[in-house]
Amino acid sequence: MGVPSTTASAVSTASAAGAVSAQLPAHLADAIRDDAALRRFLHGLPGVDQVGLEQRAAGLATRSVKKAAKLWAIDTAIRMVDLTTLEGADTPGKVRSLCAKARRPDPERPEAPGVAAVCVYPDLVEVAVAELAGTGVGVASVATAFPSGRSSRQVKLADTRLAVEAGATEVDMVIDRGAFLSGRYGEVFEEIVAVRAACGDAHLKVILETGELATYDNVRRASWLALLAGADFVKTSTGKVSPAATLPVTHLMLGAVRDWHAQTGEARGVKPAGGIRTTKDAVRYLVAVHEVAGPRWLDPHLFRFGASSLLNDLLMQRRTQLEGRYSGPDYVTVD
Amino acid sequence: MGRNGNSGRNDENAKQGKNVRDGERGGHTGHAGHTGHAAPAADGRLPVAKTYKLYVGGAFPRSESGRVYQVTDTKGRFLANAAQASRKDARDAVVAARKAFPKWSGATAYNRGQVLYRVAEMLEGRREQFVAEVAAAEGVSTKRAQADVDAAIDRWVWYAGWTDKVSTVLGAANPVAGPYFCFSVPEPTGVVGVLAPRASSLLGLVSVVAPVIATGNTCVVVASEERPLPAVTLGEVLATSDLPGGVVNLLTGRAAELAPWLAAHGDVNALDLCGAPEGLRADLERAAADTVKRVVRAPAAEPDWTRQPDIGRLRAFLETKTVWHPTGV
Repeated sequence: MGVPSTTASAVSTASAAGAVSAQLPAHLADAIRDDAALRRFLHGLPGVDQVGLEQRAAGLATRSVKKAAKLWAIDTAIRMVDLTTLEGADTPGKVRSLCAKARRPDPERPEAPGVAAVCVYPDLVEVAVAELAGTGVGVASVATAFPSGRSSRQVKLADTRLAVEAGATEVDMVIDRGAFLSGRYGEVFEEIVAVRAACGDAHLKVILETGELATYDNVRRASWLALLAGADFVKTSTGKVSPAATLPVTHLMLGAVRDWHAQTGEARGVKPAGGIRTTKDAVRYLVAVHEVAGPRWLDPHLFRFGASSLLNDLLMQRRTQLEGRYSGPDYVTVD
Repeated sequence: MGRNGNSGRNDENAKQGKNVRDGERGGHTGHAGHTGHAAPAADGRLPVAKTYKLYVGGAFPRSESGRVYQVTDTKGRFLANAAQASRKDARDAVVAARKAFPKWSGATAYNRGQVLYRVAEMLEGRREQFVAEVAAAEGVSTKRAQADVDAAIDRWVWYAGWTDKVSTVLGAANPVAGPYFCFSVPEPTGVVGVLAPRASSLLGLVSVVAPVIATGNTCVVVASEERPLPAVTLGEVLATSDLPGGVVNLLTGRAAELAPWLAAHGDVNALDLCGAPEGLRADLERAAADTVKRVVRAPAAEPDWTRQPDIGRLRAFLETKTVWHPTGV
């Protein structure tokens, strides 16, 4: 990347920020006026009632979903899956087979819905795009020095462009947790805005890596920060850090997008990722989506699961529901 | 456990009397297992009654359904409440068995033999307890119960000896007309659903479970419906015998309720119908055929378990893998 394009991105950053603020209501536009205002806004957010949040999450998790409702929940969850492979050992062959699974998760039951997207590293986007052309399944790519986010702005933006130019329709970026935790909110904000601009038409998901943010208050601040900077989705985790997605954290983020919608009229999405392996877990998340954000969010455009093994369990449970007997891992593909 | 051992402690005697008298419902209160023979001791100690639970994945959970049922001796006298497993317990047991399979089937035959021998050792150490339980459950004399328990211990030793010999007996180096070294080796089938014999509560149970796990299978066992208590105690023996959790999972409850779920389960590879209810056997075979399970049919009448077995039950849950290896010349 040469000097001219750097300059160009700086310009587009400014214009993107301008575009964002132009649509915002006054108090939110004011929040992103400068660093100090942003800090004031984020620290002015109400504190999180940890006990209440965890109790509510645990309480809703006990809700029982059975029969037809369960089948609906399973199909909805399948349509929300971002089928993910983010390993150092990923090969084009593995990505191709994952794409085949994304197109038709259960070949014996072709009426089973396809997943929302396939999520890969930037260098494998090309392979996934070629496999998924014309299927309606999106291609998501992680970017910005995933998973640590420890690199320079130039490298992160180049990473993003690489993914977008290869045809990614969605970009999953990580925030600079070091900057966030040391209170340099403006820096994080600018970075998200810059990546947003580099994404072009691609959807931007901002990974907060809640496992490293330490407190619920920080999660709330990071969610608002990402929403202010123009994230289409806020995503919990990279999947590389434990704890990954948890129900309370997802409740919190769903609450943030609900409030955002109430204040701006814009619907933004949430994506829990990492550690969601069973249908039971997925159904608990769907209950949370319905109760915290609202039924409108029970849609792959506004809620996603970042997962790899979850899909197999969903397919097994789907068969169990339809066939009236328990299924086993021998009847789904190994990926 | 807590609810049984502590909160119920004070009125233990009263409860027990009630259990015997009017066949108290047992129900969902969780005091699942007051043995009849845990009567108040002469020295004024409060009796410590045992709660009979399931044995799944190396742990002793209650049924997820919270149900228990009354177990009586052959004369109809109350012995204890046993957990009444549900289809979800069966499902969890299959998951535990599947999880345990790679490690157990991958263990060396020598190691499996050691573990099975260890089971015999532990059983020997609790011989008196088993004699009492078998005598109570089956309504036989102490002498007969002793003979049964001894035979059960010997059965473990017998199958322990077979673990590292079975591949020599059932495998082969095959003579072939080509530049190949061709050999056949027996491999475990996988997760086996076992419907334990209904009459012989310990010896019969051991005689069907030991051959299944000796060759590296893992199993989900539905214990005798009327005589489940020795099976639960056997679970305690297995839990302390270096047997990895999940290799044997013991369920107590209604065979007619649990068996169809095991027979149709996609992740169960074989089914031993030994103690299946007569009216259900054909249906179970049919259900098992849907997922191409290996099925061992039930004998017309329960066999005499005291007789020395052959390796038929070992062979029943083995698959033969044949490998053609180029000799390279």
